[in-house]
Amino acid sequence: MEKKPKNFGYSVTRDRQIDFDANNHDICKIVTKAEPTLNLCISCGSCAATCTAGQFTDFSLRQVILLLRRGETKDLDKEVSKCMLCGKCQLVCPRNVSTRNLVIQISKALCDNRMSAS
Amino acid sequence: MEKHVVVIGAGPAGLETSASLSKLGFRVTLVEKEEATGGHLKKWHALFPTLLSGKDALESITKELNSTIKIQTATKITGLEAVNDYFTISGHNGWQEKADAVVLTTGFQLFDSHRKEEYGYGIYENVITSADLEELFASGKEFVNRHGNKPERVGFVHCVGSRDEKVNNLHCSKVCCITAVKQAIEVKQLLPDAEIFCFYMDLRMFGRHYEELYKEAQEKYNIQFIRGRLSESTEDHEGNIVVKVEDTLLGKPLRIKVGLLVLMAGMEPRAGTKSLTTMLGLKNVPDGFIQPVDEVLRSNFTEIPGVFVAGTCSGPKSVSDTLADARSAALAVADYLKS
Repeated sequence: MEKKPKNFGYSVTRDRQIDFDANNHDICKIVTKAEPTLNLCISCGSCAATCTAGQFTDFSLRQVILLLRRGETKDLDKEVSKCMLCGKCQLVCPRNVSTRNLVIQISKALCDNRMSAS
Repeated sequence: MEKHVVVIGAGPAGLETSASLSKLGFRVTLVEKEEATGGHLKKWHALFPTLLSGKDALESITKELNSTIKIQTATKITGLEAVNDYFTISGHNGWQEKADAVVLTTGFQLFDSHRKEEYGYGIYENVITSADLEELFASGKEFVNRHGNKPERVGFVHCVGSRDEKVNNLHCSKVCCITAVKQAIEVKQLLPDAEIFCFYMDLRMFGRHYEELYKEAQEKYNIQFIRGRLSESTEDHEGNIVVKVEDTLLGKPLRIKVGLLVLMAGMEPRAGTKSLTTMLGLKNVPDGFIQPVDEVLRSNFTEIPGVFVAGTCSGPKSVSDTLADARSAALAVADYLKS
């Protein structure tokens, strides 16, 4: 029988720091290959400003792209699922990032990653 | 009698001013404290945004000088004084001249990156400056870090010695952003497998084709831009540089290891410029650059009639801005001497 860890009444606070070297950068590489316009993002936030989902949830495509670029992919699928694929962000993007396909490719890469892990 | 103009400082600004003044029919003496003319351009491998070779640029500028221009090198100015309607100028080696007008083209000095001790320049071998990198490019040697390895990751730190009141430099040096983009591309061309990161506060792509080069850096070379100013760098046991920065767009601290860290050293007013302006009795302003009468309308004029200014001694400029400013100064001098 597994022994339960003893509760000493305190916990360890997790580091908020992005540990770039320890993070997984494969997903970003796969997505960049599938949708190269990802590289063009300048984090201006116009996508998030026009986003309908972002009006009701804390969804921000700008944030999703940054998390992807930093390899912070742990909770990314939950984030991306908030997108309704309406495509308004694509209309406002000043660098012509193919945002709609980008969201699809991120979901796909995360899904493939989960499948291969299980 | 033919009017005589003394130009002080033989970098791109001094060379271009002299050539232009000579073409306008004035007798010109160009004084330089170093043995050779050319200033910082002598050591610069390639210029943004076209990657024009520094050597070719300098050759092209120098070619415009004609034999009537007297070039007085290895001469440090020790006396500069307005006497009635002319100036007397003397050097440490006994050299002396009289001039009807003086143009100050003393340029800039690179910020001494040792002063940002927390970034590790002079402490960790794999922390170098943008100027060191140009020399490495120009040497044509194999691109390796100081441990002889091809770095897998290279980081560029923007605004080193610029926009930083801790080192008494409030100003933006203007050219470092685009230089970092240019150098990042050049490194990526030499090391196609390397990952390149630029740590910036703002990206100031103000010139023509700068934004295009930035876009190319992202699109073609996959260079990553992380918004945040470095707090410090440390060295790990393998000689890599561990960088600490806040990713300000994510609002989280970030740590990343690079094999080579390049500090984008900013432009500062040259220490010697202040001694010249003091000799003339020009007002010194807090940032240390020479203050023109009006930055918009009369950028080549100083408070003293007959004393003109061109190039980076009146504020950070690119080479193309400097050359345009030099030609504009020559016209200002001509206007003054012909009236």
